[in-house]
Amino acid sequence: MELNPDDIFKDDEDDSDSEFYQQRESSKEFVVYLVDASPKMFSTTCPGEDQKNETHFHIAVSCIAQSLKTQIINRSYDEVAICFFNTREKRNLQDVNGVFVYNVVEREYLDRPTARLIKDFDCIEESFMKDIGCQYGILSGSRENSLYNALWVAQALLRKGSSRTARTTILLFTNEDDPFGSIKGAAKADMTRTTLQRAKDAQDLGISIELLPLGRPDQEFNVSLFYAQLIGLEDDDAAQFMPSAGQKLEDMKDQLRKQMFAKRIVRRITLLIANGLSIELNTYALIRPTTPGAIMWLDSVTNRPLKTERSFICADTGALMHEPTKLSQSYKNENIIFSVEELSEIKRVSTGHLRLLGFKPLSCLKDYHNLRPSTFVFPSDKEVVGSTRIFIALHRSMLRLNRFAVAYCGSSFHPRLVALVAQDEIINAGGQVEPPGMYMIYLPYTDDVRLIEEFHSESNVRVPRATDDHIKKAADLIKRTYLKDFSVCQFANPALQRHYAMLQALALEEEEIPDTIDETLPDEEGMARLGVVKAIEEFKLSVYGDKYDEESNSVGNGKANEASKKRKAAAENAANESANYDWADLADNGQLKDLTVAELKLYLTAHNLPVSGKKEALISRILTHMGK
Amino acid sequence: MARNREGLVLLLDVGPSMHRVLPEVQKICSMLIQKKLIYRKFDEVGIVIFGAEDTDNELTIEVGGYEHVVVLRNIKVVDGDIVEALQELPRGTVAGDYLDAVVVGMDMLIKKYQLTNKGKKRICLITDAQNPIKDPYKGTKDDQVSTIAVQMAAHGVRMETIIVRGRLGEDIDQRIVDENDHLLHLFSEKTSAKTVYVESPTSLLGALRTRDISPVTIFRGDLEISPKLKIKVWVYKKTSEEKFPTLKKYSDKAPPTDKYATHEVKVDYEYKSVEDPSKVIPPNQRIKGYRYGPQVVPISSVEWDAFKFKPEKSVKLLGFTNASNILRHYYMKDVNIFIAEPGNARAAIAVSALARAMKELNKVAIVRCVWRQGQGSVVLGVLTPNLSEKDKTPDSFCFNVLPFAEDVREFQFPSFSNFPASWQPSEQQQQAADNLVMMLDLAPPGKEEALLPEFTPNPILERFYHHLELKSKQPDAAVPPLDRTLKKITEPDPQLFSESKSVVEAFCKSFEVKENPKLKKSTRRLLQEKPSGSDDEGGYGDTSNALAIKSDESQLLAKADKIGDLTPVQDFEAMMSRRDNPDWVAKAIKDMENKICNMVENCKGGDNYCKALECLVALRKGCILEQEPKQFNDFLHHLFRLCQEKKLGNFWEFLASKELTLISTSEAIDSEVTEDEAKNFLVKKLPKLE
Repeated sequence: MELNPDDIFKDDEDDSDSEFYQQRESSKEFVVYLVDASPKMFSTTCPGEDQKNETHFHIAVSCIAQSLKTQIINRSYDEVAICFFNTREKRNLQDVNGVFVYNVVEREYLDRPTARLIKDFDCIEESFMKDIGCQYGILSGSRENSLYNALWVAQALLRKGSSRTARTTILLFTNEDDPFGSIKGAAKADMTRTTLQRAKDAQDLGISIELLPLGRPDQEFNVSLFYAQLIGLEDDDAAQFMPSAGQKLEDMKDQLRKQMFAKRIVRRITLLIANGLSIELNTYALIRPTTPGAIMWLDSVTNRPLKTERSFICADTGALMHEPTKLSQSYKNENIIFSVEELSEIKRVSTGHLRLLGFKPLSCLKDYHNLRPSTFVFPSDKEVVGSTRIFIALHRSMLRLNRFAVAYCGSSFHPRLVALVAQDEIINAGGQVEPPGMYMIYLPYTDDVRLIEEFHSESNVRVPRATDDHIKKAADLIKRTYLKDFSVCQFANPALQRHYAMLQALALEEEEIPDTIDETLPDEEGMARLGVVKAIEEFKLSVYGDKYDEESNSVGNGKANEASKKRKAAAENAANESANYDWADLADNGQLKDLTVAELKLYLTAHNLPVSGKKEALISRILTHMGK
Repeated sequence: MARNREGLVLLLDVGPSMHRVLPEVQKICSMLIQKKLIYRKFDEVGIVIFGAEDTDNELTIEVGGYEHVVVLRNIKVVDGDIVEALQELPRGTVAGDYLDAVVVGMDMLIKKYQLTNKGKKRICLITDAQNPIKDPYKGTKDDQVSTIAVQMAAHGVRMETIIVRGRLGEDIDQRIVDENDHLLHLFSEKTSAKTVYVESPTSLLGALRTRDISPVTIFRGDLEISPKLKIKVWVYKKTSEEKFPTLKKYSDKAPPTDKYATHEVKVDYEYKSVEDPSKVIPPNQRIKGYRYGPQVVPISSVEWDAFKFKPEKSVKLLGFTNASNILRHYYMKDVNIFIAEPGNARAAIAVSALARAMKELNKVAIVRCVWRQGQGSVVLGVLTPNLSEKDKTPDSFCFNVLPFAEDVREFQFPSFSNFPASWQPSEQQQQAADNLVMMLDLAPPGKEEALLPEFTPNPILERFYHHLELKSKQPDAAVPPLDRTLKKITEPDPQLFSESKSVVEAFCKSFEVKENPKLKKSTRRLLQEKPSGSDDEGGYGDTSNALAIKSDESQLLAKADKIGDLTPVQDFEAMMSRRDNPDWVAKAIKDMENKICNMVENCKGGDNYCKALECLVALRKGCILEQEPKQFNDFLHHLFRLCQEKKLGNFWEFLASKELTLISTSEAIDSEVTEDEAKNFLVKKLPKLE
C-alpha cells in the first residue's frame, strides 16, 4: 500500500476520463433538496418491498439519503442543503413560515455532506413528526405561501459566497401538481404569479430548478397545471418531461435517482463522416470504475494533511533542477533524447476528433476486443445544426443492418481505433434502462492481443473436445442454474461498501464498524436445490466418470502441482532445518542479527510467514511472531 | 535474461513478385529488431533472403544446391547493423524457393544452438508463396515437407509464416498457389507452425507480433460451478494494452566532457506540514488518510488490515443468464481468458462442454473472482464462450469485468422519437444512411477484413520507433510524418471511399449541417482544425453555451427598456425581472408611476380606469416581489392626493371596490404599515372625499 509517486503524476495520456469522477473544486455544484412535507406526501403511498406501502415522503427522503452517500464518495466538494416545506416548525434565516432547513452540528446550512449528516438523515423519518412536523402551508383565506417561501429560502441558501463558479440547482420533490388548487379567484392568480416570479428570479440568477414529481399510476402528476411554467418547460420539452410514476416503489426510486444526477459531458467531439461533413457529439462516461479515492498523507501527531513536494536532482552533479523537459530512451547503448514537444507531436497522428473509417458486421466485434470502459456518445445540435438528424439516421441504419462503425478517435488523451456500437433505447416499467445512442468501444491493436490459446497447443496433439452428450448435460446444468432477473450493476462493490462503512465509523468515532453484506456471493441455497444438484451430478458423471474425486484430490498432476509440491517439500525441509536452532534463545540474546538471511528465512518458511524484505525486516518479523 | 534469449531467423522472400510489399516487410522487421534492442537485448537474430540474384549460404558450399538463397546476416546478438540491413533489403531477380530457405534457416539454427535453447528457436518466413518449389530428388514434395517438419519438431524450432496475398495478378498460377498453401499447411500439422494470410500492406504491418511476452497466469485453481463441482482452470490475460514506453528523465547538467555522466535525474519526494513548510515529516510519522466529505479520516495500517474486506481466493459461478442481458458496452477492462488446466483432459472436456452448450443456448455465465489470496476486492465478470475452430487449440472462455452498482451513472437521455420533426431523418435520408452503412464495408464477404484488431499495428508506437531509429543516426531528426500505410488506420481508406463515391456523395447531399448562427464566432471551437485537448474542454463548451444563451436573452429583453402605451403591464414585468442591472427595478417603478398618473389624469372614462388599475396591481405585485413596499405605499398616498386635487373621486371609489390597499407588513417585512392600517386606508379616506 505504499504510495507510488508515479501513480500520482501519471502521464497525461493516462486517463482523461478519470477527470469525470475525480474531484475538482472548480467544477463544484451547490444543490438544495427542497422536499414537500405536506400531509399529502405522507398519505399517498405506493407498494414497496415486502408488499408494505411506502409513502411518497419516504421515497423522496431515501432517494436523498442515497444520493448523499454517492455524493460523499464521488463528488464530496459539492455542497448541499436539505430543506422541507409545508412544515409545522420553521427554521431558516429569513424566518418565514412553513420552511425548515435540516442540518446537523458542525455544518452550515449549505455545506459539504458530512458523515454525521448522512447518519442522522438516514433516520430522519423517526423524528420528523416530533421535530419538524407537517402541515399544509397553502390554505385558502391565508396569505401564507409556503412554496414561495421555500423557493425564497432555497435561493438565499444558494447565494453563498463564491457561487459564481459553482453550478446551482434546486431539486424539488413534490406530489402536488396543483399547489394552489385549494385557493380560488384572484388570490390564486396572485399567488401563482408571485411564486412564478420567485422561480424566475432564481433562474435569472443562474439557479436551475428541477422538478422530481411523484405520481401514482392512477393519478398522474400533471406537470402542465402549474410546474411546467415554474421550471420553464417549453412545449417541446413538456412532451419529453417524464413524470415518474411506477407500479413499484423500486421503479420510482430508480427513476428519481436517474433524474437526480446531473449529466456531465466529458467532452464534445466531432465525427468526421466524409467529404468535410462532420457532426457534433457529446461524450459521457456512463460506466467508470469507482475507487476508494486517493490517499492523503497526514501527520500522525496532528492529523493535519501533508504537502508532497517533489524535487528533481541531477544524478551527476547533485544540482537541484526544474522538471526536466527532456526525456531519454536507451537504445543501441546510447541515450536518445526526446523533448516533451516531440513526444506529443509523435502522439498526434490525427487531426479532428473522430474519423469514420467504415462499417463492419457486429459479428466482427469479438468479446476480447476490449481494453477499457466504453464511452457513451449522444448527438448535439448546439453548435452544428443538423447533427442529431444525421446521427439518428446512422443509428437506425446500424441497428437495422446489424453493423457497427469503425472510427479513429484522435483525441490527444487516448488516440485509438474505436468501434461505435449503436444501442437502441430500452424502456421497462421503471423507465429508461438504456438510453439511445452509441457506445465507443476501444479496440486493441495487434500487439495488445495475446494468443493464449495457441501458447499451450502442443505440436500435433488434438485437444479433447466435448461430445454431444457432454454438451447436452451441460445445457441441462445451464438451464437449472439460470439467473432470471440478472441485471448488470445490481451488486454493490463489497470492498467499497466496507471501505466507506469503515470511514464513516471512524469519522464519527464510533466503536464498532457495522458489518457490510457481500452481495456477490453465490446463492448457496439455490445451488443446493435438488434439481440443481442432480443436474450437476449428471454433468459430473458424464465428464469425469467416477474419477472426479480422485482427480480433485490428487495433488501430483500438472506443472502447477509440481511447483506446489516443491514448495511443500521446501517448507518441510525448512521446518526440519529450523528445528536445529534455538530461536527463543537467539532472540533473547539479540543474536538473530548474526545469522544469515538464508538462516532467518528457514524460520519464516517453517512458520509460513512472508520471506520478503531486508534483513532487519526479517528479524523484526520473527520477533513479532515470537511475541517479543 | 540471457538464459531466455530467443534465436530467430528471418526468411524473407525478395523475389520480383514481392517487390511491392518489401517496404512494409522492411518496416515490420526493423520494428521487431528495434523492440528487441530495447526490451530483449540478448536475443539473437539472423537474416536470410531468397529469390536473390546471388547465392551465399553454407549449405550450397557443403552439399550444393540452394541457389538464390543469401544469408544476409548470420545469427548474432541484435544490434543496429541488423536494423540497417533490414532497411536496405536488396531486390531479388528470381522467383524464390521458400523451402530451400527454410532448410537453410533451420540449418543455421541447429548449427548455432545444437540442442540448447530448446523452445526458443524460431523461424519467421515472409513470402507471397506464388512460386513453385523445386521437385525433390526423391519422393514427393509432401514427403520432403514432412521430413523437414519432423526435423523441426525434433529440434524444437517454431515456425511462423506470413503469406502476402491480395491483388492476385493475372500471371499467377492458381495451381501453384494451392499447392503451396497445402504444403505450408502440412507444416502446421506436423510441428508448431502458424500460418497467417494478409492482403493489405497495413495488415502485413500487424501480422508479425513485435512484442514478445511470455504469458503468465493470473489465476490457477478451481472454477467452482458449485461446491460439488470444480473445474481446474488457468486464467491469462487475453488483451493488455501495450503502453507507450516510459522514458527516463534526462539531465543535461553534466559537463559535455564527462564521459561517464549518467544524465539521470533523481526524483525526491518530501512530505511537509502545510503550516510549516520547512518541517519535513519522517516516514514513520506519516499516516494515511482518506477523504470522507470535508473530513480526512486517518487510518493506520493496523486498522486497515483489521477491517478491510478480505475475500478468499476463489472463482465462483453465480449462475447463467441470457447473452442479451449483458450488453457489449458493460465490459470494463482488458480481457482475460479461462482455459482448462493444460494436460487435464477432463477439465478440457468440461470447459468445452459448457462453452458449447452456452453458445447453443445463447447464454453467458456470471462469475465472482478473487484471483489472489489477500486481494482486497472481488471482481464480477461474465464468461462468454470462445470456441476454437482448430483441432489443436482448446475451447475456452473470454472473461470480461462487469461494473458494480457504484460504477454506473444512469443518466436519462431523451428518446429519439421525442425529438422535433426537424431532427428526424426523412425516408430518403434514411435510405442514404442505409446505403452508406452497407457500402462503406470494411469486411466485405470473400475479402480480408480491413482493420481487424489482431492485424492492426499501433500507429503511434510505430511512429515512435521510427523516430527513435532516425534519432539514433541523427540526434536532431524531426518527427517523421505518419507512414502512408499507417494512415489507413487513422484516416479513411481513399480506395474504399472512392469505390463507393456515389453513395458517399449522395449521403452528404441528403443532409445539411450548418454552424449554429446563434453562437458567437469566438465560441465556435468545435469545427476548428486542432482541438486543444485540454482537460477543460467540457467546461469550456458549457460556459460558451451559457454565454450564448445569455446574449440571446438580453437581446430579447433589450426591447423592454421603457414602458409603452400598448402593453404597459408586460413591459413593466419584463423590466422588473431584468437582472443585468439593479437600476432597472427603480426605473420600472418610476416609469410605471408616471404612466398611472398620466392615465388617471388624462381621461374621464371608466375604460381607462381599468387599465390604470391593472397597472397599479402590477406595480403593487412588483413592489412586493422586490421588497419595495415603501415605494408603492408612498405612491398610493401620492395618488390619493392627486385624486383629491383633481376631483377624481370616482377613480378612488373604483380602487376601493377592487380592494387595492397599501402593502402591509404581512406581505413585505420592510413595510411600516400594519395590516389594519392597510385595510382601512381606502375606507377611511372615502368619506372625506364625498
